[in-house]
Parts: sequence; C-alpha cells; structure tokens
Amino acid sequence: MTELSKFSQIHLDLLKEIGNIGAGNATTALSNLLNTPIHMNVPVVNIVSFDDAMNLAGGAEEVQAALLVEFEGEFSGNVFFLISPENADQFVQMLTQDPNQSLLSDDNDIAISAFLELGNILTGSYLRALSDFISANLYQLVPNAAIDMVGALISQGLIETSTVSDQVILIETVLSSDQLDDEIKGHFFLLPDPGAFHRIFELLGVQ
Amino acid sequence: MEHVMDKVKVGIADLNVVRQPQKISTSGLGSCVGLVLYDEQQVLAGLVHVMLPDSSLSRTEVTKPGKFADTGINALIKLMEEKGSIKCNLKAKMAGGAQMFNLASKNENMRIGHKNIVAIEKILTHESIPILSKDVGGHKGRSIEFDTDTNLLKIRTVYEGVTYI
Repeated sequence: MTELSKFSQIHLDLLKEIGNIGAGNATTALSNLLNTPIHMNVPVVNIVSFDDAMNLAGGAEEVQAALLVEFEGEFSGNVFFLISPENADQFVQMLTQDPNQSLLSDDNDIAISAFLELGNILTGSYLRALSDFISANLYQLVPNAAIDMVGALISQGLIETSTVSDQVILIETVLSSDQLDDEIKGHFFLLPDPGAFHRIFELLGVQ
Repeated sequence: MEHVMDKVKVGIADLNVVRQPQKISTSGLGSCVGLVLYDEQQVLAGLVHVMLPDSSLSRTEVTKPGKFADTGINALIKLMEEKGSIKCNLKAKMAGGAQMFNLASKNENMRIGHKNIVAIEKILTHESIPILSKDVGGHKGRSIEFDTDTNLLKIRTVYEGVTYI
C-alpha cells in the first residue's frame, strides 16, 4: 500500500495508537532517567507534503538538535527526536549533573554523548513498545545526533519515502515538562519506510 | 494587475524560474542539492531542489520532476528555454549534497548527497553547461539564494554564517 490517500480513518487511528504506545513508553523512561515528571500529548498523524513535514518540525531553517535512529527488522524506518538546542542542554545538564555542559559549546563531546545516550533510551523504549504492540521483530541501529537546520535533518528521513511518494506519514508526539526552569518541548517523529505500512496493518489484522 | 514577488522560494523537490530583479531561494538543504542555472543575456535564473540522483529510483510515476537530478535539470532547461533562454548561454552554480548523519545501516541512502552531486555534474557536462562555482559535501545544512543582479549565490549555514560563491 503506497497510495497514502487510500488510508481510512481506522488506519490513521491505528498509527496514532502506535505513536501513543511508543511515545508513552519513551516518556516514562525519560521521566525515570531524569527523575522529573514529563508529559506527552496525544499523538497526531499527518499525511503531508515534504515541505509541510519541514513546517511541522518548525520550518526548514529552524535550528534543532536531532537524534535519528534507524530501525530494521520486519519493516524499516526512522525515528527522529527533535528538540531545541537550549532544551536539549537542560536534559544534558540533568543527566551529567554538570550545569556547564552544552551541545553548542566548542568542547561538546560529553554533551553529545549524553544526548546520544538520551536518544538511545528514548527511541529504544519507543521501538520496544511498538514492536510489542504489533508483535513485530524490530531492532534499532546506533543513534546519530546532529544540530542543524530542520530541513537538512528531516530530509534524510524522507529519502526512502520519496522514491514512491510525494507525501509522507508523520506520527508526531510532543513531550513537555513544566518542572524545569523553562518549558521543555520535544517532538517525536516516526517515519516508517513506505513498505512498512502494509506490514503494520497486516500484523494488526486490518486490511 | 500583476504583482511580482521580489523573492521566489522553491520547496523541496520543486523548481522555478525568476527574472531580474527577482531573487530565487531554497532552504534547509541537507543531502539535497540546490542547482541554479542562469542566463546573463536574458537575466533569468532557475533553481531546482534535487532530492535523488536519478528518476529510475522512482517506483511510481514521476509527478514532481524536480525531485530527481535527471528529470529536474531537463524540466528546468525546458522552462528556461520557454522563457527565451538558449541552452548554450546557461551557466550553473550549486550547493548542498551534505551527509548530515553518520548512519550505521548499509542503506545506500547514506551517501545520497554525494550521489546527487555526481549525477548533477555528469548531466551538466553532457549538456555542456559549465559549473562556475559550487559549495558541496561536508556535514552541514545550507540555505541558498541567487541574486540575478550580481549572479552570486548566497549560502547560509548554521555554524559558518554567510558566504557568496
């Protein structure tokens, strides 16, 4: 099933539920790791053009810290976690217990590896929940971090989709915390590769 | 009354042409390449935001020619010819084709930026269109804007600021 327009409301609701379970698990893991309450909103499933995908992530030129984790197994795809560099620093400082750590500093090796570890835990729990829910064997590859323009980052996740479609399904969940000095907001994007949807619905017993 | 925008923005996998004094731009290039073709006689400039090196990669009918290097360059040349350009007057400048992540998978998409650059250079050589300047590769995102007054391509990156080529 590559024609995204053929998806019905049931399909979209199922994808929303996948986002819900994945991000819910990730939120709990993050909350435990940082020992602070973290909230998540109800996931939104959007079938959008590539340009609109960038806009949903804040605009093509917006600078964000991104974690990208590819997954393989019964189907493949990418999980992105996007957060502003300032917000990411707050997580990094909590994790390292060092208020001077910053992803934007010249000497950011420790900050980057803390951010990657965060990504490992977040996306790992996201994918674990996802594979449990649909009983599919999925495994994640080594996470990758980059801080740059959103358009440049997200387009990496669109390449596979772009060979079959001009649109992409984004399963988006926003995390937030009001327990910290500034409000923290992070975006999860699940981008299954085009062939994945057919397999997901098959596993869930939906035509 | 026709209102002419002073700046035209080209989206991902899209293309467009402007005439002096308009500027043409595209933002957030990662592995994608922004290719500008310009014609000093007609003071025309076209830009295509290429995602993939070849339309043979498409598993469906190509509906957005700008997505691929081959169909994108063809469509851009055609559009410029319709607006009065002659192919032998066209010159090229380009930027992008970075590798944003060091991906672990054996996925061929990892080096897609490099493949985009190679594909575009090959097509332009075949079409005898000279590349006057380029800023390609590396690991950084780029936003670009071409100025039909100066024929300079402005490149903005997050860490290195603004350069002109």
